[in-house]
Amino acid sequence: MDVRAQVSMVFHLDKCIGCHTCSIACKNIWTDRKGTEYHWWNNVETKPGTGFPTLWEDQEKYRGGWERDPRTGKVRLKLQGKLGTLTNIFYNPYLPRIDDYYEPWTYDYENLFNAPLSDDQPTARPISMVTGEYIDTVEAGPNWDDDLGGSPVYADNDPNLKNLSPEERRSMQELGNLVFFYLPRICNHCLNPGCIAACPAGAIYKRGEDGIVLISQEKCRAWRMCISGCPYKKVYFNWFTGKSEKCILCYPRLETGQPPACFHACVGRIRYLGLILYDADRITWAISQPDEHLVEAQRTVILDPFDPDVIRNAKANGITDLMIEYAQRSPVYKFFKLWKVALPLHPEFRTLPMLFYVPPMQPVQAVQRNGVYETVDAGQAGLAPMLAALEKNRTPIKYLASLFSAGNEQIIREVYHKLIAVRIYMRFKKVGDVTPGDVQRALQLGQTTPEECEAIWRLTSLPTFEERFVVPPLAREMAVENQFPELDPERRNFPTYRAEVGFGFRKAPERRW
Amino acid sequence: MRTIDILLFVVFPYVAVALAVLVGLYRYFFDRFSFSSFSSQFLENRALFFGSAPWHYALLIILAAHVAGMFTGFWSRFIAPPSRLYPLEAFGAALGLSSVVTLAVLSVRRLFNPRIRKVTTLPDWLLVIVLMAQLAIGVYVALFYRWGSLWYMYTAVPWMISLAKFQPAIQYVTSLPWIIKLHYLGGFLLLAIFPFTRLVHVVVFPITYLWRPYQVVIWNIRRRFAPAR
Repeated sequence: MDVRAQVSMVFHLDKCIGCHTCSIACKNIWTDRKGTEYHWWNNVETKPGTGFPTLWEDQEKYRGGWERDPRTGKVRLKLQGKLGTLTNIFYNPYLPRIDDYYEPWTYDYENLFNAPLSDDQPTARPISMVTGEYIDTVEAGPNWDDDLGGSPVYADNDPNLKNLSPEERRSMQELGNLVFFYLPRICNHCLNPGCIAACPAGAIYKRGEDGIVLISQEKCRAWRMCISGCPYKKVYFNWFTGKSEKCILCYPRLETGQPPACFHACVGRIRYLGLILYDADRITWAISQPDEHLVEAQRTVILDPFDPDVIRNAKANGITDLMIEYAQRSPVYKFFKLWKVALPLHPEFRTLPMLFYVPPMQPVQAVQRNGVYETVDAGQAGLAPMLAALEKNRTPIKYLASLFSAGNEQIIREVYHKLIAVRIYMRFKKVGDVTPGDVQRALQLGQTTPEECEAIWRLTSLPTFEERFVVPPLAREMAVENQFPELDPERRNFPTYRAEVGFGFRKAPERRW
Repeated sequence: MRTIDILLFVVFPYVAVALAVLVGLYRYFFDRFSFSSFSSQFLENRALFFGSAPWHYALLIILAAHVAGMFTGFWSRFIAPPSRLYPLEAFGAALGLSSVVTLAVLSVRRLFNPRIRKVTTLPDWLLVIVLMAQLAIGVYVALFYRWGSLWYMYTAVPWMISLAKFQPAIQYVTSLPWIIKLHYLGGFLLLAIFPFTRLVHVVVFPITYLWRPYQVVIWNIRRRFAPAR
């Protein structure tokens, strides 16, 4: 058992209102620079939808992540082998282009003030932030398909709809049954990242102590394989500096005890952050499982921080007592491992993403009968339809399974049954219009207990700032000191640690040669 | 020996090599951020496909042949049979031509694509011009002074070896036609400007990827307490 610690995340999609405040918080801090205008380290997508960059989930197009050889069970990079990387280095056939994202633009605001007197209102024409030239028609932008669930142009091309029956697809487009939800995405800080594996220069690395995945700007040589290698398309190319950049999980904030900016800014309070202990020895086993077992395998990689054996091994690996204590308080551990209501996004990419999603409750299908708009199966007593109608969710189980469980519909059902049980139990307690029989049935179906329901409800609806963000004491400064234990004030032998901590940039990151 | 010959064929090569090494090292240790291929594939894909891949491969083969020619024993045996020499000369000329064409494609792309023009710096243009001139001269020499794979061994190679031994013997090259001399000097000119341009990406070609493990983990505490793994 090789116990390691990972700063990990949960997004509770039920609470996401799609306001994009997270994206703006991130943009203002990190990507408000030349070359990064189109970077959205945090973005919010409408599902069903094509996402950002367009069709990022279609790995036949972008060839991100890993694939498993069904005969041998071995896992290999989907992009290409190592020799293929070196031979394709002069031209990467699977690289997304800037137009797969969008050409960033601003507006010619000055014209509004300086336009000569004329019969027409002056306009502010869009100007490309790459070339500085006017753009006649802006054809794409961030959240270009925002709220366009059901649209034949965007939603209909969602790769996750592939396995749906024509009838299911049609029902998702019917005016009365239209449905969409929001999917905020940041870098997953995976346990088996495709970007690191694809980088020929070895510029991308995972920090051992907290699992944050970073790109060394000094080692990046613009071989640009990481952009293809990341199946989530969360490595962005800075076209101005010729370097790849990605979400850094706001590590300078984490190291000073603050949650990342997107977490802090979240209006719906959908975001949770906490430490997780995992067994690095089980990674190879976990990523080699067949699709339907991937989620369960990932739950096995995550360790129980209360298990004495785990604690002993964690300490042996240099994880401090305080870190273990924070891992025990982690909301991520509860949502993903303990309660099993959170799921990784696209586990079939086999990168073991460490950002988990509590899937959103879905409205059930409704029909018009005699001019009355009512839910399917309504009319039965109590909240029974809520339990029975899982199959009649407007978003088919199959669609959610394609997003969150590599096609395993049983896992999705279990998650929803538990989430429904929490609602029914809490309604029974707070409103009292549910019969005890219904509650018993719901608890049984959701394989849960009143205590667990209460705990899930509490962490879902009423968590405090400190309960949502259990920012672990990374104590980066102490880790550095630990390496040089013999500091002597008399001899003043204080090391300077240049290029070891902090940003270490003395010159502006731009082209000088 | 004329002064100009000494300047061109003794002083200049040493200066070029010194620049390449010293400036290259300086840049590597004090501005490593600037070591990049500055790929522009993200901004423009199609012309690059027809330019970049064939250009690099053609040039790599040409360079390999130039290096192989320095091992005169091996090389003279290799090209001795005419059945090898003829196709080799033809192949070399074809590669040279294709490298000129593909570099032209890349230059046109750089000149006329507004996105690419934005990420082009002065050193880039300097590099393109020198490369283009060197390639064009090379192709001209290949076409009009045939059997270069032969006489290369008796002109440039002994001259460069004499330079490497610090016993410059410029008589091997001074009496050559001026266009050939230009090609020889062009090689050292490329070496001289190499550390000032994006050409530095050549020396950081990531060959280590072949034996590196896929995942990279960097420990801050260097796992001081941990058992060695």
